[in-house]
Amino acid sequence: MDKKIKIVTVKLGLDIHWRGIVVLSRMLRDAGMEVVYLGNQFPEQIVEAAIQEGADVIGLSTLGGNHMSLGPKVVELLREKGIDDIMVIMGGVIPEEDVPALKEKGIAEVFGPETKVDSIVSFVESELEKENVK
Amino acid sequence: MDKLMETFEKNDPVALGRVLKEVESQSEKGYEILKRTNKEKGKAHVIGITGPPGAGKSTLTSKLCKQLVNKGFTIGIICVDPTSPFTGGALLGDRIRMQELAKLPNVFIKSLATRGSLGGMAHSTADIVQLMDSFGKDIIIIETVGVGQVEFDVLEISDSVVLIGVPGLGDAIQTVKAGIMEIADIYVVNQADRPGADESVKDLKLMIKESERKDWKPSVLKTIATEQEGISELIDELERHKTHLITTKAWEKKRKERNYNRFVGRLDEIVHESVEGQFKTNPKTQSIIEQVKEGTMNPFSAANKIAEYIIKS
Ligand code: B12
Ligand SMILES: Nc1nc2c(ncn2[C@@H]2O[C@H](COP(=O)(O)OP(=O)(O)OP(=O)(O)O)[C@@H](O)[C@H]2O)c(=O)[nH]1
Ligand SMILES: [Mg+2]
Repeated sequence: MDKKIKIVTVKLGLDIHWRGIVVLSRMLRDAGMEVVYLGNQFPEQIVEAAIQEGADVIGLSTLGGNHMSLGPKVVELLREKGIDDIMVIMGGVIPEEDVPALKEKGIAEVFGPETKVDSIVSFVESELEKENVK
Repeated sequence: MDKLMETFEKNDPVALGRVLKEVESQSEKGYEILKRTNKEKGKAHVIGITGPPGAGKSTLTSKLCKQLVNKGFTIGIICVDPTSPFTGGALLGDRIRMQELAKLPNVFIKSLATRGSLGGMAHSTADIVQLMDSFGKDIIIIETVGVGQVEFDVLEISDSVVLIGVPGLGDAIQTVKAGIMEIADIYVVNQADRPGADESVKDLKLMIKESERKDWKPSVLKTIATEQEGISELIDELERHKTHLITTKAWEKKRKERNYNRFVGRLDEIVHESVEGQFKTNPKTQSIIEQVKEGTMNPFSAANKIAEYIIKS
């Protein structure tokens, strides 16, 4: 049996713009992934859910301006628990100038409003491929 | 591996997560883990929740779980959703109805995709039950797919089966048609805030009265999951059923049967894989396969021939 990619998608914190992540979750399913959509959650609960689900990837969505305060927190909590094999990616409305700082703090990639789903899927697949080779 | 099992024994949820991940993907490591944790305690009360799509299975599970946690139980939840036969992907959407559980201690939720297995269960469900059990969960709740038809696999795996329906006409006929009077131990008419609930309850009770079942008469409960109404009655019934199982020795019997079925299932898989591997690659069987494809040999004789050949070799 070939390994399925399992991704936990979530609306970060209290951000209400759920349309994008719901659309994206469906498209990721259509790309052959197993998607667990959590709705709105904060970092502690996101990390717990990802552990329980055995996720390969966490996808954080925010259009609400909380990306700097809550995004890196997710990575931090994962590391605290000794987990380094869950990739964290982000998307939504996130200013260009914040991206380097987010990557610095362990967010693997940031996808803006115009991103094509194909590029998200191929990024995830190729990054996980690298992980497996390691 | 040893380290992982050590933290597992220490009841670290991170370890349970990792262990379940291996078993879910049916990796070599996964089977190794299953071998090592076979000291299955068999203590957990396994509850199957089934019923048509949208009946309120997830909502009810969430409320049930909340009250059970308050009573001091540790809980494992397994939610099964269908894999798309076209893309192989799945949207596992039960967890979103259980958001209120996120902050509770001792609740572990695992969402599974069916990955092509029929019968409303994912292939790895029994393995995951075993691991949650040996991790020390008191109660394990399984929410099945809810494809509308009855999901018989849930019977084999659960101690108590709860069938959730909603008020409405077609229900009664549907129930008889599907032959589900035998499957459930407890019937729930959820969404009792909607009209017709009392009629549904009456219909169900009538049918239970007429059913052949003698050992246990299932009760029919009314709930409004969204309002948390009827949940404590459901818990009482579940406890009553558990006691019934234990006093009639059915509890033990179910565990023995389950162990046996899992052995047969795994043996089946191994034999299947090795037979398939052999006849697909063995040059001696190729000509037979060609003849079958051409229609010059009938599939029945061909299957017998190949089976004999492989078993002897
Ligand atoms: C529709 C909308 C709303 C709707 C939301 C409907 C809903 N429930 O979804 C309503 C009217 C409710 C709303 C409210 C508000 N909004 Co508004 N809203 C928008 C708008 C116009 C479109 C968003 C949208 O649905 N896009 C369509 C979807 C499909 O695209 P998307 O969400 O961007 O998602 C795509 C990608 O970003 C990416 N993606 C998204 N998430 C993720 C996650 C991962 C892991 C990955 C890989 C990719 C990814 O993939 C998706 C598909 O391509 C945007 C403007 C804009 N151009 O973005 C403003 C916008 C997001 N809103 C904005 C604001 C300020 C607000 C309010 C605060 C306004 C107010 N003052 O009251 C409120 C409240 C917000 C809150 N509490 O969180 C600002 C945000 C500014 C910021 N963050 O710096 C924006 C950018 C408008 C602006 N230019 O000022 N909003
Ligand atoms: N009015 C009313 N709505 C309810 C009740 N219980 C659940 N619902 C709603 O019914 C919808 C479906 O509930 P779920 O819990 O997702 O149902 P489900 O059986 O798990 O659905 P699937 O997993 O998709 O098969 C949700 O919108 C719930 O809020 C109830 O008692 N009364
Ligand atoms: Mg559900």
